[in-house]
Amino acid sequence: MTGWHAFVTIAGLALITVVTRSFFLLSDRELVLPTWVQRGLRYAPLAALAAVLVPEIIMSQGHLIDTWKDARLFAVAASTGYFFWRRGILGTILTGMAVLVPLKLLLGW
Amino acid sequence: MSAWASVPGGLVTGVAMVKSGLSVPLALFMSLVVFAGSAQLAAVPLMAVGAPMWVIWATALCVNLRFVIFSAQWRPFFQRFSRGRRIVLGYFTADLSYVLFMKRFREPRDDEGQIEYFLGATCVNWSAWQFPSIAGIVLADVIPTQWGLGFAGVLALLGLTYSLLSDRTTALAALVAGAAAVAAFALPFRLHIVVAIAAAVCVGLMIDGGGDAGRRVRDWLWRAGVPRRGDGMARDGGAAA
Repeated sequence: MTGWHAFVTIAGLALITVVTRSFFLLSDRELVLPTWVQRGLRYAPLAALAAVLVPEIIMSQGHLIDTWKDARLFAVAASTGYFFWRRGILGTILTGMAVLVPLKLLLGW
Repeated sequence: MSAWASVPGGLVTGVAMVKSGLSVPLALFMSLVVFAGSAQLAAVPLMAVGAPMWVIWATALCVNLRFVIFSAQWRPFFQRFSRGRRIVLGYFTADLSYVLFMKRFREPRDDEGQIEYFLGATCVNWSAWQFPSIAGIVLADVIPTQWGLGFAGVLALLGLTYSLLSDRTTALAALVAGAAAVAAFALPFRLHIVVAIAAAVCVGLMIDGGGDAGRRVRDWLWRAGVPRRGDGMARDGGAAA
């Protein structure tokens, strides 16, 4: 896909960003959500993150992995340990990568 | 500090766009105008195989549906601005700004500098996303991918997710969302994310709803035609929730 076709596709994607992110900001009329909806929505961001994450960790090619020899599992374990010890995001990333890269390069996991 | 969470994602997305065959100018254009990493990562492989435009847009729409939910929560904070400004502010409400802002502010107030905080967080987040993304686009042919760079983005999101866990209810909601996402993974247009959000919200409400919300969700489900499993149990369950 090249040229104007790709250009139009990308412009459409930008429009989708604008419309979805400002969806409930568009109307001028008062918008009152019932309290139970508001309470429920508190779980939405966490759920969205978990929904993106978990398949990235325990699935490959659309299927659950069936081996423990997967570098990702050990990287996540190390990152988890670091996070609950120190709570820094940068350290969490670096710890996980420090486990992942050797396992991948040396052992081919 | 938490802005680190955006850096690997930006870099990975930048590299992925070019590796999928997008030209450097188009990749730069995409990064700067679309500004939605998950939608970009979902759209780029589809563009590479020449999928129809509506399929690409439908996929991006589904991936971005969470922003529709978030926008309902942004609304009271942006209420005092004109529609044009609300749309501009809305455009910049990426995941990280949302997470940081909503953790800090529970309700709209004039005396806390909320909008200033939002603008500051957005500037940092925009830079922490766009500069690595541009670096990834320009350096895509030099950066090796076989040692698992892509996973750095996942680890960043992992840290962000952990920082949102505040009690057992949120932890359970996250587990349910993760399980639902895996179970519904085969759905088209990455709809498994929407399924996972719905599942986690329901579970969160049932536990934390203080008796009323769980019952309402169940009532609503029944009205929508979901068959009940035995009337007596349903009524008792409503009281127990």
